[in-house]
Amino acid sequence: MKTRVVGDVSSLPDHAFGLKSLLWWGLLGFMVIEAMAFILAGGAYLYIRGQNPAWPFPPDAPPALTAGIVTTVLFVISEVVNRWLAKMAKTMNEQIVRLGVTLMIGIGFAIVVSRIFELASMNTRWDVNAYGSVTWLLLFLHTLHLLTDWVDTAVLGSWLYTHKIEPTQFTEVYDNCGYWSFVFWSWLPMWGLIYFAPRLM
Amino acid sequence: MSRPPKKPTPGRKKPAARKPATAKATSAETDEAKTASAAIAKPVLEPAALEELKETWKDAPGLWGWLTTVDHKRIARRYIVTAFIFFLLAGLAAVAMRLQLSRPENDLISPARYNEIFTMHGTTMMFIFAVPILEAVAIYLVPLMVGARALAFPRLNAFSYFVYLAGALLLWVGFILNIGPDVGWFAYTPLSGPEYSPGHRTDVWAQMITFTEIAALSVAVNIACTILRMRAPGMTLSRMPLFVWVHLVVSIMTILALPAVMLASSLLMSDRLLGTHFYNAAEGGSHLLYQHLFWFFGHPEVYIIFLPGVAFVSMIVPTFARRPIVGYIPMVLSQAAIGFLSFGLWVHHMFATGLPRLGDSFYTAASMAIALPSGVQIFCWIATIWSGRPVFRTPLLWAVGFVITFVIGGLTGVMVASVPLDLQLHDTYFVVAHFHYVLIGGAVFPLFGAFAYWFPKFTGRMLSERLGAWQFWLFFIGFNVAFFPMHILGLLGMPRRVYTYPSGMGWEPYNQIATLGGVILFLSISLFIFNVFKSLSSGAKADDNPWDASTLEWSTPSPPPPYNFHHTPVVDSREPLWEHREDLPVMEGLATKKREVLVTSASEAHPDNRQSSPDPSIWPFISALAVSGVLIGTIFSEWAFVWGLIPLTFALSAWFWPKRPRAGKSGEPH
Repeated sequence: MKTRVVGDVSSLPDHAFGLKSLLWWGLLGFMVIEAMAFILAGGAYLYIRGQNPAWPFPPDAPPALTAGIVTTVLFVISEVVNRWLAKMAKTMNEQIVRLGVTLMIGIGFAIVVSRIFELASMNTRWDVNAYGSVTWLLLFLHTLHLLTDWVDTAVLGSWLYTHKIEPTQFTEVYDNCGYWSFVFWSWLPMWGLIYFAPRLM
Repeated sequence: MSRPPKKPTPGRKKPAARKPATAKATSAETDEAKTASAAIAKPVLEPAALEELKETWKDAPGLWGWLTTVDHKRIARRYIVTAFIFFLLAGLAAVAMRLQLSRPENDLISPARYNEIFTMHGTTMMFIFAVPILEAVAIYLVPLMVGARALAFPRLNAFSYFVYLAGALLLWVGFILNIGPDVGWFAYTPLSGPEYSPGHRTDVWAQMITFTEIAALSVAVNIACTILRMRAPGMTLSRMPLFVWVHLVVSIMTILALPAVMLASSLLMSDRLLGTHFYNAAEGGSHLLYQHLFWFFGHPEVYIIFLPGVAFVSMIVPTFARRPIVGYIPMVLSQAAIGFLSFGLWVHHMFATGLPRLGDSFYTAASMAIALPSGVQIFCWIATIWSGRPVFRTPLLWAVGFVITFVIGGLTGVMVASVPLDLQLHDTYFVVAHFHYVLIGGAVFPLFGAFAYWFPKFTGRMLSERLGAWQFWLFFIGFNVAFFPMHILGLLGMPRRVYTYPSGMGWEPYNQIATLGGVILFLSISLFIFNVFKSLSSGAKADDNPWDASTLEWSTPSPPPPYNFHHTPVVDSREPLWEHREDLPVMEGLATKKREVLVTSASEAHPDNRQSSPDPSIWPFISALAVSGVLIGTIFSEWAFVWGLIPLTFALSAWFWPKRPRAGKSGEPH
């Protein structure tokens, strides 16, 4: 078909942050999928809770609180650093962004270690009864996200040191910060359900 | 609104131009005044630039090219062919069931094998045929309809196909190896749990779900992002083709609904493999939890299958009625309303489980309410045909067949939305008749219409009209002969999922008629396959726009080149090709030396920025292999999940491995 040129897009920028970036929208799509999984898993937890007279099932004790509190405090610190890093990514300062990503890898590692202690403080097993199963489900689901984004951050961070940095790497760092925020925010309701629902419901 | 010229003869001769190609200033053009140069007639591209563009977007030859391509059209074509092959297999399973039921106390198929066959039929049709093939047509057409060079995430698209293929092969290889599932396409617990289904049959089903849902979710994200951020300049939300609107709604529905079935099947797998108790009532679990999770997915799934049918018909009807669709805005609102309401209906599949009365009343009301937006759309199509100058070519025949069939299925749906009637008809052949009218009427009729309509664009050849009309009438008659008697069988009390029945129940004649209908359907589909092969080898060559249609995909050659468009189209109406018959306004400036796409704003489609589009890569294929290793391995050992994540992590890292130079070295960045 014949065409008639009415404009030129060559002067448009070749990268964009946040809402204007394709990758950001893709991540948003996957975050919605994963948020649905968290919501449904939380719903399953509450549904099974509603089917049973006691929670946890006797003689199980609720999960010990300490490791969960340490994880949550570390997560809050990580989110503060993470938001700062997202802001710095937009300034495209190579040194600061490298430092920020390295910090995130370090804090993420601390959270992973703390999560290992959490696994040991559940006071139940997944194969004992439905309470144990659904408690471990929530912890497993979140741990999978934690590990995924920590590995992702580590790989992305290593490339910042080994390869030349171009504007699109800053947008990738920015998008990765968005995903970390999702991992952080999704932890709070899981933390409440795993540790406090057995005490309050 | 624009109308095409009077007395068109789509498919045979292109009509004369409706109006000269005046360079009316469009909003998009005005908005882009800063970047716009004066409107000048130019050749498509300078020869050197055209060669560069071809070189940039071309695939490697041979098997390597097949494995590494990220071209949405190639991937969509293989998706369609694969899904259609599994449709044939599932159809043969249906023919086997009909032969078994053609007379009472028949021993053609054993009870256990019959369970496997109806499970394979339902599972394949729902998970391996319907959703993938409908998404595949969108994978092909959405970038072309929105004027984009590629999907938003081309490698993710390639990955989705290989994961889908692995899931489909797992199911059918399992069946051939006699470990195919036998617990129905829904796999209710406790039947599917470790106590009543030992062995690996149900594990195969559960992991197949994970495969196909990973694929479907990947496609949904891809399609949604492409629609929201890659539309041609000027294609505001209110100018999007209805096809694109539908796939935006369907993608969002898919994103919200499919995690539920993945969770349901993963928890089932966990109960079977790890000894958890999600569905074990003896240890505090719940079987109804499985049903809630399954149907929270399962009912939106029906509309995820039906709405793409709406999309096909909404494109076919205006083209062959020779006028724009009547009621564009009510159509869009209806699609959105169906998407929304479909999440409030799932409990009507569970009326027989003894839920609270108030819940029954709510879900009855919601189930009846969804008939309203469906009805609005049907009236819009009828009004379009009524007020147009319809040309009854094969695609329109399928569209009309769809309306008739779907209305019957919709009406029986309203019937079974009523709890007292549902309790009588639950698990009878009435329900089998109802959902085949809805699913075949709502999806397969429009799908054959879509094949007839877009076959020229996909292949560059026209399908035979004569064979197409024969196929339609055989299908329409065969379908009604096969499925209408099932309503009566259900009212007579014949339960579904039975491998045989005693004589003297009065069911024989209706079963025999239904079997005859199945044979006619078989003939119809055989004729379609013959038509495809004959047309591919000796069909008339198709020009760019053989039906004189109005949307952007018809502005490209048939079949389109790998880069889709030489320049980015600019849109100023809902029917751009009817509005601009002489020449299409475009914007130049996308790179020809590297793969690049234009990103536009979500609502108004203002040009915003340019972004790189990835090159072909083997890593989506290898990542799909790694995912397959994890999922198939976990059928046999939970440790496969742990160890399998290691190669998967490597494969995904390689997928995204930067091609830019090493730090401290100079070089041309990719």
